[in-house]
Amino acid sequence: MNMNVKTEFKYVGTRPIRPDGPDKVTGRARYGADLNVQGMIYGHIVRSPHAHAKIKSIDFSAACKLPGVLATMSADDLPEPGDRKIPGGEVEMALKTFSPVVMARKKVLYHGQAVAAVAATSPELAAEAARLVKVEYEVLPHIMDMHAAARADAPLLHDDVYTQGVDPAPTTPSNIPTQIEISTGDISKGFAEADLVVERTYFVPMCHQGYIEPHACVVQTDENGKVDIWCSTQGAFMVRTLTAAVTGIDIGRFKVTASEIGGGFGGKTTVYLEPVAVVLSLKSGRPVKMVMSRDDVFRATGPAAAAETRVKIGVTRDGRITAIETDILMDCGAYTSHPIMAGVLFNSACYRCENVRSFGREVLTNKPRVYAYRAPGIPQPVVAVECVVNEIAERLNMDPIDFRLLNAVDEGDVMAIGIPFQAIGLKQVLQEAKAHPHYTAELKAGQGRGVAVAFWINAGMQSSATINVSEDGSVNILTGNPDIGGSRASMALMAAEVLGIPVETIRPSVVDTDSVGFCDVTGGSRTTLATGGAVIKAAETLVKELRKRAAAIWSLDIEEVDWTGGMAVAKSGTGLENMNREDAATRGDKTLTLADLAARAGATGGPLCAVASHNAHNAAPSFALNICDAQVDRETGKVDILRYTCVQDAGKAIHPAYVEGQMQGGAVQGIGWALNEEYIFNEQGRLDNPGFLDYRIPVASDLPMIDTVIVEVPNPLHPYGVRGVGEVPIAPPMPAVVTAVNRAAGTRLCHLPLSPPKLLAAIEAAESGTA
Amino acid sequence: MQSQRKTHVSTTVNGEPREFLCEPHQVLSDVLRNTLNLTGTKEGCNTGDCGACSVLLDGTLVCSCLVLAAEVEGKGVVTVEGIGEEGKLHPIQQKLLEHAGLQCGICTPGIVIASRALLEKNPDPSETEVRYWLAGNLCRCTGYDKIIRAVLDAGAVMRGQ
Repeated sequence: MNMNVKTEFKYVGTRPIRPDGPDKVTGRARYGADLNVQGMIYGHIVRSPHAHAKIKSIDFSAACKLPGVLATMSADDLPEPGDRKIPGGEVEMALKTFSPVVMARKKVLYHGQAVAAVAATSPELAAEAARLVKVEYEVLPHIMDMHAAARADAPLLHDDVYTQGVDPAPTTPSNIPTQIEISTGDISKGFAEADLVVERTYFVPMCHQGYIEPHACVVQTDENGKVDIWCSTQGAFMVRTLTAAVTGIDIGRFKVTASEIGGGFGGKTTVYLEPVAVVLSLKSGRPVKMVMSRDDVFRATGPAAAAETRVKIGVTRDGRITAIETDILMDCGAYTSHPIMAGVLFNSACYRCENVRSFGREVLTNKPRVYAYRAPGIPQPVVAVECVVNEIAERLNMDPIDFRLLNAVDEGDVMAIGIPFQAIGLKQVLQEAKAHPHYTAELKAGQGRGVAVAFWINAGMQSSATINVSEDGSVNILTGNPDIGGSRASMALMAAEVLGIPVETIRPSVVDTDSVGFCDVTGGSRTTLATGGAVIKAAETLVKELRKRAAAIWSLDIEEVDWTGGMAVAKSGTGLENMNREDAATRGDKTLTLADLAARAGATGGPLCAVASHNAHNAAPSFALNICDAQVDRETGKVDILRYTCVQDAGKAIHPAYVEGQMQGGAVQGIGWALNEEYIFNEQGRLDNPGFLDYRIPVASDLPMIDTVIVEVPNPLHPYGVRGVGEVPIAPPMPAVVTAVNRAAGTRLCHLPLSPPKLLAAIEAAESGTA
Repeated sequence: MQSQRKTHVSTTVNGEPREFLCEPHQVLSDVLRNTLNLTGTKEGCNTGDCGACSVLLDGTLVCSCLVLAAEVEGKGVVTVEGIGEEGKLHPIQQKLLEHAGLQCGICTPGIVIASRALLEKNPDPSETEVRYWLAGNLCRCTGYDKIIRAVLDAGAVMRGQ
């Protein structure tokens, strides 16, 4: 299905100040923990001190004796999850894989898992009461190493996990919930045709999304059972769905309001505190506030999966890829969540290759359950694929971008999973990168350069939008997608484009679940595409209504009325397409502005409003490329990123400044993951670095400016050509940085992060010739 | 834990005299947010690592999560709510908006406060000076590029350039 993609724009592509900006620079914007309501009490979670244990008993009696303690709860207050499947977050989830993350049931599977909760009249009292809750455990052996957990004789985390994707289905449980394999062509033949085969194994550690705002919520319930939730989330409707599922309360009783959100990156696509606060509020009859500490965030919310990826790529002497084989082992923490899918399906999607075999297994370990982190499942194997591609180009004496151009997928090529590409921008991205002055800038001794590309599929999913016109012709846009990176500005721009009115006259809002139609989460790079698509559709519906109203006023047929330049114009039959307001006025054509029609709305049929909803099936892939220059201090092992450039196909950049922001932010997160960030667990299975001092995310002084080049190859399926931009930026940085650092240091480290001690040891080994 | 006698504190917040009662262990960020209802000051870690709670205490940049509320007796506190004039944003705030130097915005109040402290001390900082000064203010969304540009640009505006 090809549709008409608009390419000439008046508002889209400009950089207006975001409508929510002034509230954010002045401190007026309200985030999750910023709401206090009358009569509010405070919830506190009791967390497991063990990485793996049976919960034998929970005794609240001492806690309850404390004056001011008003409610307690445990998994006994929640329904058994059974085998229920819930559509939520970015994929369908089995209730039993996230209900016990909210509150453990019978067993704890990682240190810091929620076991019980109390609510009291002050945060200090609630914390004191939580310390008085006596939980008796039977400690079980914990497994932190994914290779150990994958062995057949490993102690089991769950006795009901049977590997999916194996034929015949296994009859004994294991710690491997999912195995997946895709293949095309003949992999042996592919390697036989190759003149050069390179095989390497790369390890990427578990890391955290690292949003600065800890999870927080306030829950208020009333006498009729209505449940009002205020929380920081990537999706108010997702919170409604999942909280209803975990608590067993009907969806119809919930109203969820998303606060401003202080970062998510996929980590706020689920619920942790909300169901607990609901139960505590229902039990106490009081509003309950819960706020995580930073320690809680690191220990008990979703990190990104660790993975080990073996990749083997064969090429001919002239640089044509003949075979790509990948084998991924992914550590998903204590409950299954399927990031392996994207990792297996798309790790080499940038390359045209007839013979592909991609295999992956998820492994469960006694670590927190992983959740999405920007392009979930992709960055880990892409490090391996891209670093090997760089090594091959080097060994063939080919320029790494030329090598990629020779093998890049293009329109009409079919992915290994059988889906053909429509118009895509990979070749344009590669060409832009090659033409960028950074790519040919001279490097000094001791410096290295790396490039890498990556693919992300992007999501569509369900969205709704409502447009209301005020009496003065100003416009409100209501959507249900929390705005993490400037999406309200994009919604206003797209509506301005359709309505032909200045973007400043449009007020976009993110509203609660009672005030707009259903919207899936802000995630999967889908908001600008899908929610923006709903806004465009609603605006087009409104334009039709405005033409109808004007036609009625003029006693014309609607077909005789056009909408142009923000007003209805009676067609005079002369060059309508070239007309603007001044022309129309000069010529004496009949016109009615949006304000005119709004003022007469009552007389012409009532208030002007429009609603649209859809399940967007028009997502299209994004490609991104990074160029990184690095220098390594051979005395300390410290890496300096000297210069960094991101090139990405946005389809169409609705608000280019925020597209650049996604590219820069994703790049820096990837730099952090490559160089510093990792979960470090001790022998007891406890996270040793649950704070920003020891879990070091990049700071301003670590970085240069991050240059950006936006490529625009329109998505042929979207009215404005939008692809979605938020996720793919996390995938190229790690291989670009690793390649640059290894070249600068003369090392070949494959085990991330390339932290100073590791790098120093590798440099010393290389110098002493033991490498 | 038995509640101890609360401490009475007289201070100045954003130029206005304020009085409050606090527990001896309560930190300034908690009192600002939950007693004085100045929630523009954010809490990202409560260990002085993220800088979201940055305020000026007698003109000195501090993490308000590391200052006991009782310590501000007789002192002057400036929070993000005290930056800019009535109806007019401070150049740092304006430039952050113009450069799109914020995405989620949770670090922004801290960045505004820290940048103001920098530009008062050093009206014409280099890029490197801005980067080192803001190294205590974590931002996970932007990669810092647009923040640094905004601060440099705000400096130019404040110098009348």
